[in-house]
Amino acid sequence: MKDAAHLIRLAAVFAAGFIAFLLIRQALVPAGFGKYGHFRAGALDDIRARKVSFAGREQCAICHDDRVKELHAGKHAGVGCEACHEAQAKHAQLDDPSTGKPVLPDTKVLCARCHEKNNAKPRGFPQVATAEHSGGEPCKSCHNPHSPKL
Amino acid sequence: MSITRRDLVTNASKLLVLTPAAAAFLACLKGETAEMEPKYKMADHYWAMTIDIGKCIGCGNCVRACATENSVPDGYFRTWVERYVVPAWPDEHPDVDSPDGGKHGFPPKEKAGAKSFFVPKLCNHCAHSPCVQVCPVGATFESPDGLVLVDKTYCLGCRYCVQACPYGCRYIDPDKQVVDKCTLCYHRISKGLTTACCETCPTSARTLADLKNPNDPIHEFLRTNSVQVLKPHMATGAKLYYKGLDESVR
Repeated sequence: MKDAAHLIRLAAVFAAGFIAFLLIRQALVPAGFGKYGHFRAGALDDIRARKVSFAGREQCAICHDDRVKELHAGKHAGVGCEACHEAQAKHAQLDDPSTGKPVLPDTKVLCARCHEKNNAKPRGFPQVATAEHSGGEPCKSCHNPHSPKL
Repeated sequence: MSITRRDLVTNASKLLVLTPAAAAFLACLKGETAEMEPKYKMADHYWAMTIDIGKCIGCGNCVRACATENSVPDGYFRTWVERYVVPAWPDEHPDVDSPDGGKHGFPPKEKAGAKSFFVPKLCNHCAHSPCVQVCPVGATFESPDGLVLVDKTYCLGCRYCVQACPYGCRYIDPDKQVVDKCTLCYHRISKGLTTACCETCPTSARTLADLKNPNDPIHEFLRTNSVQVLKPHMATGAKLYYKGLDESVR
């Protein structure tokens, strides 16, 4: 048995090394690393924690149901509110949303974004050359953006 | 005291078992139990997007909405719109432009006998992503719900992934000097909303899709249309499904 003493010392050194490895690894590898793959699981939460800027059309419909009803009856039924009215999550989260009213978009610019004539646009899509069509008059003086009629 | 072989083996195996147990105990003490949002279950989703070329009008709403939602710096894009002008023959050299990513629409461009159309682009959230394969530190990864994401605290800014992406979807954040890209609005879709680009697309040219949801319209879309992904020969497992994609699109 005396002859085995050197083996025991060697085993002890290996064991100590192994423990040291585990402890160093513990300290260096971030929490959750490898939980779902070769990445830090917490990164998913970090990305999800970002604040939303666009509230979504369902949120708008809670208060503005009259406008939404009008919109859904017309040609623009598929267009989301914030496609024209910009990001409104802040407005939607206010205790009294009337204090932070969104600015009405300028229809001269707004409507032209989609409806300005361009031959790359799909054939069936209604397009006009705004300069000839209205002569600088804002679109909403003839068309109701929520329920456009030709 | 003399140690028998039996003692050595039993003690060594005890040590082997106990050390990881101690490590786990330490982890517990540090409070490292990863907490997930209770409502959102990653295992229930596998995200993708459908894009209908025939509906895109090049208005740039998606580009502007993306910049607002994700604070994308000026001159950088997580999504952009390209205009293709393809001569009837020979069609090897289509004229492609994307002024400011298509953010403010497209000035008219006439070319006799050419066809033209818009192609919205963004990260393809590939299932076998080349950008993930080249990352030397594990900062970019495929999440279990099918997104290619970046751990910004881990990224070194080495730019390997920027070069590896065959779709040109990554950029280096000029402030933080780490890579950034489309997250498919992970902060929105995990709350049950759609992405900012889909929310503001007036013609529903793009639609967020969940491949794991059996009731999602994407299944009908894939079944009933001729659908293509970009650069299929690269076998990236791209998950942007384009309907009506022209052969000239790269």
